[in-house]
Amino acid sequence: MIVALQVVVGGLLLGAVYALFSSGLTLIWGMMNVVNFAHGDFVMAGMYLAFLAVVWLRAGPAVFTGVAAALLFLFGTAVYYGLVRRVMRGPVLSQILSTFGLALLLRYSAFWIFSANFVTLPTVALSGTVHLGPVVVGTAQLVAGGAALLLTAGMHRLLTATALGSQILAVAEDRQAAMLMGIRPDRMQALAWGLAAAAAGIAGALIATFYYISPTVGESLAIIAFVVVAFGGFGSVPGAMVAGLLIGLIEATSAFYIGPVYKDVVVYALFVAILWVRPQGLMGARL
Amino acid sequence: MRHRLIVSAAVAVALAVCGPLPGSGAAAPVKIGVLMPLSGNAGAAGQASKAAIEVGAQIVNEAHPDMSNIPLAATAGLPKLDGARIELIVADHQGDPSLGQSEALRLITQQHVVALLGAYQSSVTFAATTVAERNGIPWMVGDSSSPNITGRGFKWVFRTTPIGPDFAAAYSGFLKDLETMGHPVRTVAIVNENTEYGTSVGGGIHERLAKDGYNVVAQIPYNANGTDVSAQVLQLKEKQPDVVIFVSYTSDSILYMKTFKTLGYKPKVVIGDDSGFSDPSFVTTVGDLAQGAINRSAWSVGKPGSTTYHINQLYRAKTGRDLDDTSGRNMQGFLVLADAINRAGSTNPEAIRAALVATNLAPRQLMMGYKGVRFDATGQNVLAYTYLTQLVGKEWVTVWPKSAEERALAWPFQGWQP
Repeated sequence: MIVALQVVVGGLLLGAVYALFSSGLTLIWGMMNVVNFAHGDFVMAGMYLAFLAVVWLRAGPAVFTGVAAALLFLFGTAVYYGLVRRVMRGPVLSQILSTFGLALLLRYSAFWIFSANFVTLPTVALSGTVHLGPVVVGTAQLVAGGAALLLTAGMHRLLTATALGSQILAVAEDRQAAMLMGIRPDRMQALAWGLAAAAAGIAGALIATFYYISPTVGESLAIIAFVVVAFGGFGSVPGAMVAGLLIGLIEATSAFYIGPVYKDVVVYALFVAILWVRPQGLMGARL
Repeated sequence: MRHRLIVSAAVAVALAVCGPLPGSGAAAPVKIGVLMPLSGNAGAAGQASKAAIEVGAQIVNEAHPDMSNIPLAATAGLPKLDGARIELIVADHQGDPSLGQSEALRLITQQHVVALLGAYQSSVTFAATTVAERNGIPWMVGDSSSPNITGRGFKWVFRTTPIGPDFAAAYSGFLKDLETMGHPVRTVAIVNENTEYGTSVGGGIHERLAKDGYNVVAQIPYNANGTDVSAQVLQLKEKQPDVVIFVSYTSDSILYMKTFKTLGYKPKVVIGDDSGFSDPSFVTTVGDLAQGAINRSAWSVGKPGSTTYHINQLYRAKTGRDLDDTSGRNMQGFLVLADAINRAGSTNPEAIRAALVATNLAPRQLMMGYKGVRFDATGQNVLAYTYLTQLVGKEWVTVWPKSAEERALAWPFQGWQP
């Protein structure tokens, strides 16, 4: 019974991390109809920035997360102005391939700068464990899970309850009409990219507290992010949260009770089944 | 005008076809293809092995009288090929078996390599060696340890490293010796990644230990690219085995040690079957959480002044860190291959194959702790051997067998500082 509880709690925390990882992707995908294939590598960049902040500045979790968020915000806007804005005028294929190219550029730059060796954050304040009754969880996982909830709630609120959010959504819906209303579409879309990249930076910094860091780490996590976003519904921030938690829970329970090699079969079978019933995803708007 | 263009084009083509004029001094370099995962999840291990093979080429190509017990070290180049140097053509297969096959074919048909070396992951080696076999080009396997690689009746595949059954025998012998040291163990769990390497080596260990009277309470296969290993660790926690044996790659080994700490799990004995545990990243990332872990290794730096010490110095100068077992086994594979090409006195593949078949090296001619190199009919080195090491601080020290012990075994697995 205690083991079952441990499996469930572990799965939910893992799911929260998946949601955290996916939060930036859902914003870009949903708001701009651009698939950012470099998302996983943005997260990887956030992990390395956190690593450098700890090694060079001996920064604590709050500081290195802030550093990663701020620098990635700048990087995200730069990517929009330097790359995305231009390729958006081209065919859909060039939009897709441009972010894919960006992904490879980031990944191999990391290989070049940091080498292929794995690193981890030096022992930080979050490396302990917390006992929740009979269940043990890592402090870092708990903090990351909590931050995922906050970040998701914050992003949802920003988009649905602020003027800025309405402007971002307006540009996503109809660029021309938004311009007629006095909204500067470029500025809004750059902001969306900045926010998405900053979310990826926060995710990277927090995940780095309990995960390994390597140039290819984004690759293995990115697939899950795409599944989470499609599962939750394109552009639905709360949908990504629910989907993340659900996938984490299913993965953990199926890995424990059926076997680790079967967990992906269970997750993806369910994924296909849900999309068959609801093509727009769990919480996506009806198409 | 048009006529002149055609003539000059024809001249250009003719020059390109003929290539540089023959007889222009030094012997042409001998090209050896090296296939490693230079990117992807095993990128760190592949890069480390590539660096080791490059140091091997340096030892062969330059004169190193201080290592004269190693064949070809004392002289510069290959003496029987007019001092020809070895040129390495390195290709990245990213850990992908089909890419391994296409890269092997490219090296053979376009780069005209005379032999191949690689390829770390057993799954890739297993697939890519079939290309060498079909094209009649010798392939030296330095480190992939799935028994199936040499068990297929291939003529062109040779392997210097010890393989699954050798490791299984070593682990069984070690566990038996634990009993005489007053630490009897009965129950064992095997956790293995689910490609060729983990499946075959994990299965081999299971079979051997069960035959030798141990109770294998669980064998847990998993996907090495997974993002979370908690389920496996919780299963271990439930079964309570005395000994846990990991057949794992790097990222998964790191996650296991981190998850052990998070879930507060410490079995009496943790054995890592090389690979992930020997990756230089392992000690730097989770060394503090894996104190007392057991690993296998045939490499030891040795005393200052010894040949292995010199080799390690060369490797340090190149990479800034000590040579690890996996990379060392690849370097050894390269040196055995180079020696065979020299003895063949030719770059003809059949001559190289015949020289490989005739290989007979003694322990003192090797940098690794094998009992020699002699290939059986399948191409497997029958004198391959391995030691067991234990992680103490940041060093792997040899603790088994007794005859090679550098330090007494620390008991039990400590993991991390409480």
